[in-house]
Amino acid sequence: MKDKIAERLLLIIAFSAILALLLITFFIFEQGVPLIFKAGFQDFFSTNWRPMQGGFGILSMIVGSLMVTAGALIFGIPFGLACAIFLAEFSPKSVQKTLKPIIELLAGIPSVVYGFIGIVILVPFIREIFGGAGFSVLAASIILGIMILPTIVSISYDSLIAVPTTYREGSLALGATKWQTIVMALIPAARSGIIAGIILGMGRAIGETMAVIMIAGNALKIPHSILDPVRTITSTIALELGYSAGDHRAALFACGSFLFIIIIILNIIAIRITKRE
Amino acid sequence: MTFRIDPRTSQIIAYTILLTLTLITVSILIFIIAFVFKNGLGELNLEFLTQKTKEMGKEGGILPSIIGTFLVTLLSIVIATPLGVGSAIYLTEYTKGGLIRRLISFGADCLAGVPSIIFGLFGFIFFVIKLNLGWGIIAGGLTLSVMILPTIIRTSEEAIKAVPIAYREISYSLGGGKLDTIQKVVLPTALPGIITGVILGIGRAVGETAAVIFTAGSSLSMPTSIFSSTRTLAVHFYILAREGISMNKAYGTAAVLIILILLINFIAYRLMHRFIARYY
Repeated sequence: MKDKIAERLLLIIAFSAILALLLITFFIFEQGVPLIFKAGFQDFFSTNWRPMQGGFGILSMIVGSLMVTAGALIFGIPFGLACAIFLAEFSPKSVQKTLKPIIELLAGIPSVVYGFIGIVILVPFIREIFGGAGFSVLAASIILGIMILPTIVSISYDSLIAVPTTYREGSLALGATKWQTIVMALIPAARSGIIAGIILGMGRAIGETMAVIMIAGNALKIPHSILDPVRTITSTIALELGYSAGDHRAALFACGSFLFIIIIILNIIAIRITKRE
Repeated sequence: MTFRIDPRTSQIIAYTILLTLTLITVSILIFIIAFVFKNGLGELNLEFLTQKTKEMGKEGGILPSIIGTFLVTLLSIVIATPLGVGSAIYLTEYTKGGLIRRLISFGADCLAGVPSIIFGLFGFIFFVIKLNLGWGIIAGGLTLSVMILPTIIRTSEEAIKAVPIAYREISYSLGGGKLDTIQKVVLPTALPGIITGVILGIGRAVGETAAVIFTAGSSLSMPTSIFSSTRTLAVHFYILAREGISMNKAYGTAAVLIILILLINFIAYRLMHRFIARYY
């Protein structure tokens, strides 16, 4: 009897994550989606963002988010994969044990601290070297690249470690060097995990808010160079939610709905890829 | 003309490049921590930690933010821990694959990938506006509890899975029921792993900004009830740095945040390792 009650109760509790996800979906869509239909798709995907005067176009922010995310991947992927391969294949257990938690600690540093480092070091540095204001696509890309490193490293490392030892031994027995083994046998075998790590990193970069607000400059136009300032979807939400009302607030929830859909699609792809193993 | 690099040379080149990129990554982390400490540790003293904030943060200390952070984080783990551990128990002890298991796992995985600004939007519209809780500790704590739930579910699940089957079988053979076995054998054994999950959740909650700024608010006064609006350390630091109120105080606050995060991660890491050493 007691066992039955406990099982029921635990079943209900176990649905808390799904329930939370449904509530988030419902309330964000309920607030945002009607506005997308009211504005019309054509206006919603235009560059005319004047939410106080009925302009609800988010195109320049979409471009902004895509640019900083692409930039983050350009910096994050080589460093992330290099760390994962180095840790998994080229370093003894003792080095793995020290370096892995250190790299994972990067994930624990609050995003506002990254933004702050961006403001006091990276932005002035870019201003000195390349000119311009410094608050730019480039600054945001570098900081986001660092922020997504732990995601890429952890997941790629785990999938490399999971490749059966026989693959390594077989390749080495054929006379391949360690590097040839990594390129020809291990990376192809761990491919899906590596891709999943990159996709999750991409999700982190698109969704990051505070660090981007602090260093991207937030100008509301499509940037022409990587030294131009840029405004992302997330920055717009965080910058304007505080004073918005009515349709303006609904438009910010519409931004949130758009972002949420992209994130869920990325998550589903990553989950599918890893579960296929 | 075909140009081939000797495999041995390519191995050396590859090794050097990988080593360099790894060292750069590690030095970035060390640099960030060292930089914040170099500029911030000097700001830390008893007054800074125990005084009220004055003139929007230009003067005085950060006590209201320390208390606010503590209360918001405490509330979030008090809510998320039973839900997360309960979910993990159900997943590991009561389901054997199947649709329910897949659905719950999917929910936890998806929730883990949701960005904090989405939690901020959700918490704002649901807890602050629809449930009419207003900006305050309770709305902030509830929002954070949803955010850290997947961390606690996943870590507890791993910890409970690691408890050897033999432990359960011995308990059953002694006449223990399922619930007794979970309460008296599985949970105590998995406890260090579960606590690690909770500590990692605390780490996420302490450093969070986007999800709390629109739910807990940004009041600098000392909280008087759980409905009081409060400004957590991360939010206070963000406002100090972005509005350029006081760079010195910003560095000091950043140092406090980093010390907390290092401490939290260190404890989680030690606990996890003791746990792994015992059961894997």
